[in-house]
Amino acid sequence: MGRLLSPLALIGAMTLQAMAMLGRISLFTVQTFSHLFRPPFYPKELAIALLNIGWLSLPVVGLTAIFTGGALALQIYSGGARFNAEAVVPQIVAIGMVRELGPVLVGLMIAARVTSSIAAEIATMKVTEQIDALVTLSTHPMKYLVVPRVLAALITVPLLVAVGDVIGIAGGYTVAVKNLDFNAATYLQNTVDFLEARDIISSLVKGAAFGTIAALMGCFYGMNSDRGAQGVGRATKTSVEAAAILILAANFTLTGVFFSV
Amino acid sequence: MIRFENVTKAFGSKKVLRGLTLNVPKGTSMVIIGGSGTGKSVTLKCVLGLIAPDSGTILVDGQDAANAADRDAFLARFGMLFQGGALFDSLPVWQNVAFRLLRGALKRPAAEAREIAIDKLRRVGLTADVADLFPAELSGGMQKRVGLARAIAADPEIIFFDEPTTGLDPIMAGVINDLIREIVTEMGATAMTITHDMTSVRAIADNVAMLHDGVIKWTGPVSEMDNSGDPYLDQFIHGRAEGPIAAVR
Ligand SMILES: Nc1ncnc2c1ncn2[C@@H]1O[C@H](COP(=O)(O)OP(=O)(O)OP(=O)(O)O)[C@@H](O)[C@H]1O
Ligand SMILES: [Mg+2]
Repeated sequence: MGRLLSPLALIGAMTLQAMAMLGRISLFTVQTFSHLFRPPFYPKELAIALLNIGWLSLPVVGLTAIFTGGALALQIYSGGARFNAEAVVPQIVAIGMVRELGPVLVGLMIAARVTSSIAAEIATMKVTEQIDALVTLSTHPMKYLVVPRVLAALITVPLLVAVGDVIGIAGGYTVAVKNLDFNAATYLQNTVDFLEARDIISSLVKGAAFGTIAALMGCFYGMNSDRGAQGVGRATKTSVEAAAILILAANFTLTGVFFSV
Repeated sequence: MIRFENVTKAFGSKKVLRGLTLNVPKGTSMVIIGGSGTGKSVTLKCVLGLIAPDSGTILVDGQDAANAADRDAFLARFGMLFQGGALFDSLPVWQNVAFRLLRGALKRPAAEAREIAIDKLRRVGLTADVADLFPAELSGGMQKRVGLARAIAADPEIIFFDEPTTGLDPIMAGVINDLIREIVTEMGATAMTITHDMTSVRAIADNVAMLHDGVIKWTGPVSEMDNSGDPYLDQFIHGRAEGPIAAVR
């Protein structure tokens, strides 16, 4: 307890722990990717993962994007009005959604929806010895459980981000046209003219990165779960925290890579 | 033949196995008995590499279990019934049983795998209509028997049964005992069974080993079990609260 209350010791201990964890996560990531291209493959597991991670996330992604796009348009309009720049709504909505809010919000929603469910499922399999059973049935848990999920996220989350970007822009468009008296055709024209290929590519790359992070964190914490119901709970909670933080950190880094010139 | 040589395993400060040495000859049925929490399940898991022993070696036909060159081929020789069943709850019963037959080296057409699964289910006293249920829809004893069917589905050479009759009614326990005996005598498999059920021990075992304090306290043919003169074994098989084994552990 004394140690816990001494802030410096606590920070030191936590830093060491975080470093060790980061090392283990990196190793897990390398292992996952090394299994990605080596048989046996499990197409049926991949199909289920594509359905769960991609298709079934669409409603959540769509709703998140449409409300965010709408709110963004209102904010930019009222903010822009302070220096007579209301007209920039379509451009800023487009850039804000595509570059930042689309990927980040979709990434966080995936962390909430997919990371948690992967972690809880795999952790439960771990504590009920299903993972051990897989091994005894000559099936590599990494290939059977982790690879399909990570691959599915890598494939579908960029698509989800693209959908989120479009719906977000549509949300902004609806608000702008219905409530803020923008001309519909001009709004769309401005949006299309303003967006560059780099904006869209960065959006998709972020989607791929965030999806991979989300699935990897779910798998990693699930596979390393402690025993019992508490273990499953802790694995789930920690996986979502880790996924969210890593997604935000990766977003900062990727934004730097794409737009710091 | 499975040979344990001085196997030790500790979890943190808790020493579970303290130098376990045991021989299980090929084609025989070994039953391991011992108090709850003495490390019986851990012993089986060490053979399969699910738990790595701290020291000692486990040889399966002379081959070191810890560094089998071809892990898949090594594991393909085994079937294991887990104490808790460990059924895949995302798959229907028949796909659980036929798991090995639906993928990997032993893969065969789905219809054939299903046939085999239903046949194995019948052997553990389950009818074909459970085939399409999910494990969560079965009773505890039924789950156990599905686990058993899965363990024997690919006709393995070596089979581990972790408490196969726990939670079963006496008649069903008898069916399972007969099945295990049959697998050993007719198919020539090597079996290691953990059980607390003394009727089961007598029905299944060629040899018995008693695990206590991390070592094999007594081992020998089942026929010698009753007059071993070993106070630990005597207390255990007669279920007496008084004796060298403390009741509170
Ligand atoms: N993965 C693990 N991590 C930590 N401790 C473990 C683990 N597996 C087993 N143990 C400990 O090892 C000891 C032996 O466990 P084991 O499951 O082998 O007992 P057992 O002899 O099979 O008992 P039972 O008859 O009740 O099934 C127990 O004290 C258990 O707490
Ligand atoms: Mg046990």
